[in-house]
Amino acid sequence: MQITRIWLALCIAGTMAVGAGRAEAQQQITGAGSTFVYPVLSKWSAEYARQGKLQVNYQSIGSGGGIAQIKAGTVDFGASDMPMAPADLAQAGLAQFPLVMGADVPVVNIAGIGAGELKLTGPVLADIFLGKIKTWNDPALVALNPGLKLPDLRITVVHRSDGSGTTFNWVNYLSKISPEWKQKVGEGTAVSWPTGVGGKGNEGVAAYVERLKGSIGYVEYAYVIQNKMTYTLLQNAAGSFVKPSVAAFQAAAASADWAHAQDFNLVMTNAPGAEAYPIAATTFILMYKQPKDAARAKSALAFFRWTLENGQAMSAALDYVSFPDIVVKQIESYWAANIHAE
Amino acid sequence: MSASVHSGLLPGAAARRRRRGDAAFRLVAGAAALLVLAVLGLAALSMLLGGLPAFQRFGLHFFLGTEWDPVTKRFTALVPVYGTLVTAVIAMLIAVPVSFGIAVFLNEVAPAWMRAPVGAAIELLAGVPSIIYGMWGLFVFVPFMSDYVDPWLDATLGQLPAIGVLFSGPPLGIGMLTAGIILAIMVIPFISSVMRDVFALVPPPLRESAFALGATRWEVVRQVVLPYTRSAVVGGIFLGLGRALGETMAVTFVLGNAHEFSLSLLAPGNSIAAAIANEFTEADSAIYRQSLIALGFVLFVVTFIVLAVAKLMLLRLARRAGGRP
Repeated sequence: MQITRIWLALCIAGTMAVGAGRAEAQQQITGAGSTFVYPVLSKWSAEYARQGKLQVNYQSIGSGGGIAQIKAGTVDFGASDMPMAPADLAQAGLAQFPLVMGADVPVVNIAGIGAGELKLTGPVLADIFLGKIKTWNDPALVALNPGLKLPDLRITVVHRSDGSGTTFNWVNYLSKISPEWKQKVGEGTAVSWPTGVGGKGNEGVAAYVERLKGSIGYVEYAYVIQNKMTYTLLQNAAGSFVKPSVAAFQAAAASADWAHAQDFNLVMTNAPGAEAYPIAATTFILMYKQPKDAARAKSALAFFRWTLENGQAMSAALDYVSFPDIVVKQIESYWAANIHAE
Repeated sequence: MSASVHSGLLPGAAARRRRRGDAAFRLVAGAAALLVLAVLGLAALSMLLGGLPAFQRFGLHFFLGTEWDPVTKRFTALVPVYGTLVTAVIAMLIAVPVSFGIAVFLNEVAPAWMRAPVGAAIELLAGVPSIIYGMWGLFVFVPFMSDYVDPWLDATLGQLPAIGVLFSGPPLGIGMLTAGIILAIMVIPFISSVMRDVFALVPPPLRESAFALGATRWEVVRQVVLPYTRSAVVGGIFLGLGRALGETMAVTFVLGNAHEFSLSLLAPGNSIAAAIANEFTEADSAIYRQSLIALGFVLFVVTFIVLAVAKLMLLRLARRAGGRP
C-alpha cells in the first residue's frame, strides 16, 4: 500500500519534471562556441527576450568547443570563428552561415608613437612575427615610415597562448601574404610561434602589450576601441594603408566573393577592395540541415533573421560590424535552400 | 579506558550494540581514508589512459623534445616540465630561508605583543587568491623587473662564464625568474606558518636549559629547536613545494606562456599547469587534447617523485637524529 503510494508520487513528480522541461524547451534555444561573439550575442538575446520572444542561452566555451557540441547534438547551434570546409559540413550534416564581423588589429607599444601612426605591410608584419625583423628601427620599418622617429628598441611579439579564432584569422592572413610563414608555421586556431610571449585571451594580449615596451600584438577590433589601444595602419591587397574602422570591414565583406563560396566557407583576410581592411574576422553559425527538432531550429533561424535585419545598432554599440544587405540576402536564401526547419 | 570499563558493566544487548557502533565507526573512517586513495589512483589512471595515445605516438621523444606545434600536431613536454621545475626551485630557494627567518623572528626574537598580529597577517596572506598575485605580478612586479632587475642581472651575472647563460637575455620582465619570485611570495605564508606553529611547540624547558648553558639565540635555534621540529619543518617545506609545482593562475600571468626552450631564467617559458589551463578548452584535435592530458599525468608523476624524495629525506633525517620522529 505504502509502496504504491510512493510509486504514484514518483510518477507524478517525473511527469511534472518532463512537462517542465518541455515547456522550457519551447521558450529557449541553446548555443555554444566562439567567445568572440558572446558579448553581442548576449545583448541580442537579452533584447529578443525582452520583446517577449524566446530566450537564447549561449555558452562561450570557444570555437572548438562549439563545433564539438553541435556535432554531439547537445545544442541548437554552434558558433565558430573559423569556417568549416564543405566536406566536413556535409559529413556532419551541418549548414553554415556568417553572423557578424569583427577584425584583428595589430597594436603596438612604442614610446612616442600614437594610434594610427605606424604603417605596416603584410610581409613586414610576417617578418616581425617570424622573428626576422628584431628592432623597431629596422630598415624595412624605417622605409615604410619616413615621417616617424623609430627607436632602437627590441621588438617583443605578443600572441595568444590559448587556441582562438582571433589567432586563426591572424595566421591565415600571414599565410596568404608570406610563403615563408605558410611553410614554417602554417595556420590554425593555435600555432607553434617562432618568437614572443603568449597572453590568454584578448585581455591577456592587451595586458602584455601595455606592459612590455617595444611590443606588438593582435587583438579584436572591439577590444582596441574600448581600451583605446595604439593600433597601426595596415596595407591592404589594393596597396592602400587602411585604418581599422567599421567602413573598412564592411568594404572587406562587400568585396569578398560570398556568392561563390560554398557554405560561406570563406575567410575574409586580404580582401581585394580598395578600402577593404585586410584582416576582417567572421563568426559563423553551425546548424543541422535536418534538425531533430524542426520547431526549435525554426525559432533559432527567426532569431538570427532578427539579428541580421534588426540587430545592427546593438552590434555597432559593441563595436561589432553587421553584414551589408547583399550578404544578408545571400544568407537568407541559403537558409531557405539548406535548412529544413518547417 | 573508561569506555572499556563501562562496556564491561553494561548488560549484554547494550554492549553488543556498542560493539556494533564501533564496527560501523571503523568502517566509515576506513572508507573515508580509502576514498582518498581511490580518488588518487583513479585520477592517475584516467590521466594515464587519456594521455596514452600521446605517449605511444611520441614515445621517449615526448619528454626530450622542445616542439609544441598544433598545426603539424607534434607535441613534446620538455619546455613545460623544465619551466615547472625551474620556477619551483627558484621559489623554494627564496621561500625557505625567508620563511625560516619569519618563524625564528616571531618565536625567538619578536616581543610578545607582536607575535599574534604578525602571525595573523601571515595566515591572511595565505588566503589571498592566486589570481591576485598574478595580476599584481603583471602590473606592478613585471615593470619593476624589466626596468631594474633584469638589466642589472644581464650586465653583471649575465657576463660571467658558465652561469652567465642563466642570467642573460632581453629584459622583458616576464619569465621564469619573475614567476619563481611570485611563487616564492605565494608559498612563504604556508611554509612560515607551519614553521612558526611547530617552533612554538618546542617544550620551554629544553630551550631554557640551552640558554642556561650559555647558548646564544642562534645556537638554541640550530641545536634545540630545529632538531626537535625537523620532520614538521621538512613537511611544511614540501607542502609549499607541492603548491609551487601545481600553481596555475599566478604563473600564467608572468611566465610568458611560450613553448620555446631557453636556459635563461629571464626568458619566457611555460609550465605544465599553465599550458593545460591556457590550451585545454581550445585543443581542437584529439592528439592535442591527449598530449595535454599526458602533460597532466607527467605533473602527477613529478609531484609524486618530489613527495617520495621528501619522505625518504625525512626518514634519513629521523634515523640520524636517533630515532626521534
